[in-house]
Amino acid sequence: MATTIDSLFGVHEQALIYRSKRAEVLASNMANADTPGYKARDFDFKSVLNRLNTAAGHVTQTHHQHIGFDKTPATVALAYRTPLSASLDGNTVDAQVEQAKYAQNAMDYQTSLRFVNGKISSYLSALRGE
Amino acid sequence: MSLYNIFDVAGSGMSVQTTRLNLVASNMANAETVSSSTGETYRARQPIFAEVLDGAMANQQSAAKKVRVLGVVESQSPLRSEYAPQHPMANQDGYIFKPNVNVVEEMANMMSASQSYKNNVEVLNTAKQLLQQTLKIGQ
Repeated sequence: MATTIDSLFGVHEQALIYRSKRAEVLASNMANADTPGYKARDFDFKSVLNRLNTAAGHVTQTHHQHIGFDKTPATVALAYRTPLSASLDGNTVDAQVEQAKYAQNAMDYQTSLRFVNGKISSYLSALRGE
Repeated sequence: MSLYNIFDVAGSGMSVQTTRLNLVASNMANAETVSSSTGETYRARQPIFAEVLDGAMANQQSAAKKVRVLGVVESQSPLRSEYAPQHPMANQDGYIFKPNVNVVEEMANMMSASQSYKNNVEVLNTAKQLLQQTLKIGQ
């Protein structure tokens, strides 16, 4: 049971932020599907979330007057995708691969959203005493 | 919010694909435009795309990369010259010059452009749905 409003949504609050960041990266890949020399980029969602969990797990604010810290790292390390097939113009975007990843990412975003909504509705019903 | 940047990114993608479709239309329309000298003859045009590296988006440490049209280049492949002395546009030697537009290539180019355009529309629609659902949190 979460005790503060900060930890109410658990990992899903951060997951939503990084899911939307990843959607942005994948959208950029698809917009640049015909740009010569453009290299498709992505980041490993799992490792970003793991790093976040361990970083937040070791540091906790023990007093409300202590200086707060930002739990979100400002940037995520973007990596270049290994292309399935080389193209003459140096572009490594495979529109189908990007589309599939974008769809999967959107589904995962909706999943996190569903969890957040579930938390809110369960807290609301607890508050109302239904 | 990162999802809002997707509107810009996908919008830029749609914009450059529209330019590409425009050039295809222009090439197809002028595929049979005859002239009497090589200098005046229409040449097939192609857009060159490039990612946008500067601008407001880079300052926000954003991962979004928009796309833009760097320029339009004319094809350097040889023009089609034809011996047609009766043609009103024929030069002194009786030759007319036709553009170096390859209609089959242009058709393939058109399909590729329209597919890329559709992809960007899909990306935009999905981002829009995600945002709408996010706005409805807790309702």
